[in-house]
Amino acid sequence: MVVRRLFRDSAHLVRPALVLVACMALFLVVRSAIIPKAFGQYGHYRPGALDLVRQHPIAFAGQDTCVMCHDDQATVRAAGKHAHVACEACHGPLAQHADDPAAHVPKLPDVADLCRRCHEKDAAKPRNFPQVATAEHSSGMACNTCHQPHNPHL
Amino acid sequence: MDISRRDIFTVGGKLLILASVGATLKQITGAEPPSDAYRLADHWWGMIIDIDKCIGCGNCVRACSKENNVPEGFFRTWVERYQIEDQIKEVKQPRVESPNGAIDGFPPLAPIDGKSFYVPKLCNHCADSPCVQVCPVGATFVSPDGVVLVDQTYCLGCRYCVQACPYGCRYLHPETQTVDKCTLCYHRITKGLTTACCENCPTGARLLVDFKNPKDPVHEILRTNKVQVLKPYMATGAKVYYENLDGAVR
Amino acid sequence: MIPGVDGFMYPNEVELQWSVLIVLYPYITGLVAGAFILASLERVFNVAAVRPTYRLALLTALAFLLVAPLPLQLHLGHPERSLEMYLTPHTSSAMAMFGFVYLWYLTVVLLLEIWLEYRTEIVGLAQSTRGLKRWIYRALTLGSYDVSPAARRMDEKVGYAVTVIGVPSAFLLHGYVGFIFGSVKANPWWSTPLMPVVFLFSAMVSGIAAVMVLYVVCMKLRKTAIDMRCLDTIARYLFYTFVIDFTLEMLDLIHRTYESDESFRSLDFMVHTRLLFSHVILQIFLGTLVPLFLLAANQLWRYTEGTRKAMYMTAGALTLVGIFAMRWNVVIGGQLFSKSFLGYTSYKMQLASREGLVAAVLLMILPFVIFFVLVKLLPPWQGGKAHEA
Repeated sequence: MVVRRLFRDSAHLVRPALVLVACMALFLVVRSAIIPKAFGQYGHYRPGALDLVRQHPIAFAGQDTCVMCHDDQATVRAAGKHAHVACEACHGPLAQHADDPAAHVPKLPDVADLCRRCHEKDAAKPRNFPQVATAEHSSGMACNTCHQPHNPHL
Repeated sequence: MDISRRDIFTVGGKLLILASVGATLKQITGAEPPSDAYRLADHWWGMIIDIDKCIGCGNCVRACSKENNVPEGFFRTWVERYQIEDQIKEVKQPRVESPNGAIDGFPPLAPIDGKSFYVPKLCNHCADSPCVQVCPVGATFVSPDGVVLVDQTYCLGCRYCVQACPYGCRYLHPETQTVDKCTLCYHRITKGLTTACCENCPTGARLLVDFKNPKDPVHEILRTNKVQVLKPYMATGAKVYYENLDGAVR
Repeated sequence: MIPGVDGFMYPNEVELQWSVLIVLYPYITGLVAGAFILASLERVFNVAAVRPTYRLALLTALAFLLVAPLPLQLHLGHPERSLEMYLTPHTSSAMAMFGFVYLWYLTVVLLLEIWLEYRTEIVGLAQSTRGLKRWIYRALTLGSYDVSPAARRMDEKVGYAVTVIGVPSAFLLHGYVGFIFGSVKANPWWSTPLMPVVFLFSAMVSGIAAVMVLYVVCMKLRKTAIDMRCLDTIARYLFYTFVIDFTLEMLDLIHRTYESDESFRSLDFMVHTRLLFSHVILQIFLGTLVPLFLLAANQLWRYTEGTRKAMYMTAGALTLVGIFAMRWNVVIGGQLFSKSFLGYTSYKMQLASREGLVAAVLLMILPFVIFFVLVKLLPPWQGGKAHEA
């Protein structure tokens, strides 16, 4: 009797509870329908994101690719101080050139600007790194008048 | 002489080379993913930077910008120049500059009363990354091979991760309106290439390393050198190690 | 040199990531939590004197709670993706968990409590009104017209239980907002375990002040007499919570100053320069010390009714400005210094952009519009009878 009356007096409270449960059920259905595929396979993320990042095109072909064709230059360079400087460090990004050499002909870098970037005298540079105050050093002459960039030794 | 020889190579040699290594070349440089010799579980990427080799030329910053189309005014990698004056009486703050991230290098510095040096910076690809911890949706994560990446199709652009990064390595891409950062050139290193910054560093100050490769020079370097990570007290599990790092660097 | 930058910032740090909208977010949730706690004073802690503001406080809380997610939403780079927060919530992210705390608080606490409180009136109005209004009230009854004394007693009991759950929920809601900032170890201005507690008490302060001011304004507009016993009581509780809040904030300040860790030089400089106006003058002096003095004076001496009203209103308004300044100093201040501790940037608020001043002002007006609609729909003035706890 007491239980029945309690049930009757609280019957209206079931309604908001039902609304809440219905909303939660709807949420779970929607969630299962639109959650990204395989989410959580490796961790809390979309595994497809790895492929997405990998798809980014490559701009710098890399040393090994350059040397495939330009082994002559590589040989010259290997004998000098620039042995460990990669081709594209001076010549710029050339993956497109490597893919289709005829369609993408690289421009020669501007020597005046190029050499100075590394070799201008600067107190913050490591002491043993070769550096000159370019204005005094060459009195305006281009660096490659005396130094060959691939093997800069005089 | 040189040029004519190169011409012969480009016309004649190209066919020959493409016949022998064409497929690999396409893989190395091309858009399509490789047949997948790359196994996520076999790698754990990081980097070693030798401060004593950095000359502040900014080649890494330019290369990164070109390789990854980094939006102007934002940086996935940058170089800082520290000047620390001799401390006679008071402890002076170091003077630090990084004009436009050093994308055009630095103006030459006259000798100072003290020491000065360059510090290249990039995402530390932390193993216990605070940026990943705070991402509300799982749009940024540490990949199984140890690279902290952002899912551009899933990021909300809430920028909580930008706040959580102790190193200032993240930014909101002005066009995509999602957070962007160094990917450690994931598109390159998973295809057998090194990162754009390492490829283009003229002095070898930066070295991409794979901790899971027993033959990687990293093991010898860590065994024989005193190394440090940035802000070690943050305990982020940073995987970019520095040789010869000064204690003043933040 | 970059304009607006002193010293050295990491290059990606120059632009602020979190704008004035993110200042509004803790401010608004704070008002919600504070208003609710004031409402619960009457119900759970048996402070009968504040009964005239019980319903007002609930509606204030609801009006602000409905607006609380909007500044966040507007600030996102991709607002259309915000549902991901519920689809794939990252359990280690305070921000993701906030979404659930918010929903819990909105549905289980606030809506339910308001529904139970107003049920008799809703049922009555569903029968007496005409047209659109009738349909709205009929929907609000959820199909139940049982307002028998027995059913009402049941509502009372459940309502009490909901309020009891509601108090820790309100604590959780705003404590969580504090945790979002307090857990960022990279940022020494934010990273302190005191942050959730300070946020909580400042929330209570701002919420109580807001309801107090709203109550007086509503009574003036309706040309009804103000219940001075109620106003005095609210002012007294405002004073108590304010004392705790101020103590906690000073504790944080003293602790930082005494410890003087690596970040201190940088933060100290910032407080004395870029944050001088908003922190020292607005937050501490005008927003805390002056209202505290006004409220304390009322505890010590007796003033005439008119003087008291004026003092309370001044204190309430200054408090609301002060707490806003506090949120500003946390959110904006936390981004003005470099994480290298070697430089400072500045915040240039835009005017008409998505995250600009106009958007912020509109977002601050919106809760009052909602409040106006809610008051029209569910008049809070009749609820003179105290709850039986």
